[in-house]
Amino acid sequence: MSFFISLPHTLALGAILFTIGIIGALIRKNALIVLMSIELMLNAANLTVLAFARARHDNTGHTLAFIVIAVAAAEAAVGLAVLVGIFRTRRTSSLDEITMMKQ
Amino acid sequence: MTSDFPLYLIPLLPLIGAAINLLFGKRLSKDTNHYIAITAVGGAAVIAIHACVSGLWPLWKAGGPGTPSLTWQGWEWLHGAAGGGMGETAVSLKAALVLDPLSAVMVLVITLIGFLIHLYSAGYMAEDKRYATYFGYLNLFTGAMLILVLGDSLPVMFVGWEGVGLCSYLLIGFWFDVDKNANAGRKAFVVNRIGDFAFLLGIFLTFYFTKSLSFSGVRDGVGEITGSRIWGAPAQFWICLLFFIGACGKSAQIPLYVWLPDAMAGPTPVSALIHAATMVTAGVYMIARLSFLYVTAPTVMAIVAGVGAATALFAAIIGFAQNDLKKVLAYSTVSQLGLMFVGVGTGNFTGGVFHLMTHAFFKAGLFLGAGSVMHALHHAKDPGDIREMGGLRRKLPITHITFLIYCIAIAGIPPLAGFFSKDGILAGAFAFTAPGVPRFYGHLIWAVSSLASLGTAVYMFRLYFLTFTGKFRGDHHVETHLHESPAEMTIPLIVLGLGAMAVGFVGIPAFLRSHHEPLFVRWLSSGDAPVQALALHMSSSREWLLMAVATGAGVIGIIVAAALWLGGPRPAVVSLGNGLGPVKKLVASKFYIDELYDLVLVRPFRWLCMAVYQIVDRFIIETLLLGLVTTLVDFSGRALRLLQNGHVQRYMVVTTMALAAILWFGMRPSDEFTVQPVMGAQNTISLHANAHDYGTPNAPQRKYKWKCATDDPWKAGGPDKTCEYPNPGKYEVQLEVHDDLWGTSNKSSKLIRVGGD
Repeated sequence: MSFFISLPHTLALGAILFTIGIIGALIRKNALIVLMSIELMLNAANLTVLAFARARHDNTGHTLAFIVIAVAAAEAAVGLAVLVGIFRTRRTSSLDEITMMKQ
Repeated sequence: MTSDFPLYLIPLLPLIGAAINLLFGKRLSKDTNHYIAITAVGGAAVIAIHACVSGLWPLWKAGGPGTPSLTWQGWEWLHGAAGGGMGETAVSLKAALVLDPLSAVMVLVITLIGFLIHLYSAGYMAEDKRYATYFGYLNLFTGAMLILVLGDSLPVMFVGWEGVGLCSYLLIGFWFDVDKNANAGRKAFVVNRIGDFAFLLGIFLTFYFTKSLSFSGVRDGVGEITGSRIWGAPAQFWICLLFFIGACGKSAQIPLYVWLPDAMAGPTPVSALIHAATMVTAGVYMIARLSFLYVTAPTVMAIVAGVGAATALFAAIIGFAQNDLKKVLAYSTVSQLGLMFVGVGTGNFTGGVFHLMTHAFFKAGLFLGAGSVMHALHHAKDPGDIREMGGLRRKLPITHITFLIYCIAIAGIPPLAGFFSKDGILAGAFAFTAPGVPRFYGHLIWAVSSLASLGTAVYMFRLYFLTFTGKFRGDHHVETHLHESPAEMTIPLIVLGLGAMAVGFVGIPAFLRSHHEPLFVRWLSSGDAPVQALALHMSSSREWLLMAVATGAGVIGIIVAAALWLGGPRPAVVSLGNGLGPVKKLVASKFYIDELYDLVLVRPFRWLCMAVYQIVDRFIIETLLLGLVTTLVDFSGRALRLLQNGHVQRYMVVTTMALAAILWFGMRPSDEFTVQPVMGAQNTISLHANAHDYGTPNAPQRKYKWKCATDDPWKAGGPDKTCEYPNPGKYEVQLEVHDDLWGTSNKSSKLIRVGGD
């Protein structure tokens, strides 16, 4: 019985990773973990895009993936910087305690 | 007989002058201001004279069918369709101008007298701060007035009508830093609006019946009007009545005359130009212009004549007891306008227009003379109070002589202008007959008008005697500063004086000139213009008699005035006046008409406004609505604030759920399908589901169910389906698409016509 990775497998993996990411982003209290979860969701999306690109022999998907990687890198840099800034002033990284946005 | 002429130049020049003076006037010198204004009106006068002399006169001389006229075709202004019982008629209105004998008279009066008054203003207003604005308004007025008289249709006339009303408002309130002046301007505007409203309704009604707005079109459609009835009265009755109410507003007739005496708050040259010579005569002009309509409504003509006569007498009586130079002249103007309405109301349209023309000369002159007197007395506390005058004869010789000429002219002494025109009107009134109007009515009008003329002579000469004869009654300081006015003010006085002596001769009655119709009458009634619609037929002896009565009234009036006031107020006369006590007070207070209007109209209106303010503004809007809205906003704000709690993860939950919902509903498969008849097979159609063409073809999770007709059962199938029907007809085809993966489905149906063609 031969086994090879086909489109549905990759899509399923992407869906699982995305779900883990979204659950993590929604329920974890540590801001650092939430940032990582968001990173995971972005990469799940990347995986899905690349799977379709491969299946359809369409290079547009690769381009899109590169853009997403660049955006993700920028987002991580800004997000971490904000997080470090908040930690310096508030001595915490718990999202339950960071509620300045309500003001 | 018409020919083309660039008539637009006549109103355009003053309008350009107005634009320059109003936009840039303050940056120019005063000399430049009045040069521009005077040149603009002078240019318009030259063009008007040229048009009349070398354009209209030859046409008129040549005779022939139709009214001799010069026209400017203008441009298409309004177009549309008028509905009616017989379907729609295409209607188009041109902004055209026409110069026919009637408008020629008006244009010459406006431009020539306007020119003189512009010239006079340069002297009278020399010290004013808003010099450029003043000349701008004056030019604007001239332009609007020229549009009014040259307009070839009711709407064009209405544009001018409103334009002169605006300028009148602006100029009455020119010195608006005094409350009284600003109020007078507002009063004039509001009272005029009442008339304008009726005028507009008249235009609408005319259009409703004739489907036309140009004068020639309305004239052609008169049959449509006379054939209809509104509320039991002939349609022309209402139309003419509405137009007459419009004329009452503009021309200060009972009951809308109250604004004109107050309008004297404006600068005196303005009173001369707008409130004596031109604008206030617009109503008379309008009725003469619509004479073809008025002759179909004898009842309204009787009303016009009656209102005119009543106004003439009423205003003359009030004129007796006024002590302000300009107020007396104002009531005299109201009275003379009443006489003009007697003229047009008795079918003597040429007579009314003739008096309009002669009156323009001597009344403009009287106002300018009064301005000259007040200019000399400008050190006095109230320069217009005739009780503080007297003996000005020696100090102001030119003003005195010209003023005397105008007074004689307005009193109706031959051979000055006022005699011919007034006599014509009185004779016409005496001979007035119209279907449905009793014979004695004309005699009554004649008697009232004659009494008014007698009164005119008395109060005008009271004015003259108190102002110019006897000894100066003001204080010494004022007396030492008395001086004759500068040349730019005396020259218009002299020219108008010559005019007041001469213009009457164009209207010498027939029986004095071997039974030739007067030039003025022939000029106005040329072609098919029924301007003298109801010709008067009288024996010469009766005409002589009427003329003697008219002249006698003037002479008696002057003698009475001389007996009472020559050389200043005599103690006996003063005590006589005091003996009349209550009567004198009643007349001096203008019969408390203003107070009556205040009580009956103004105050109830204020109460109404107050009630509306208290109920609508304070209660409904401020209390109810404002309270409700603020409570609602406050409440929803409190509720929505709970959502904004700063917990970023809760925001994320909401976002995720919203996204999921959008995806869920967005993933429903398309339920649209296309229908095509199958070639070569009868009553057969092929169907194709559009959902099949999107996303992955042959997606196994898509299930299609079809129904070829309402009564058929659902049948599972693929994206394509063929339906066969036993008979041609209309069938309802339905499709349901189900997506197993998302668990969603959509349904749609179409009504299909099968067979036939």
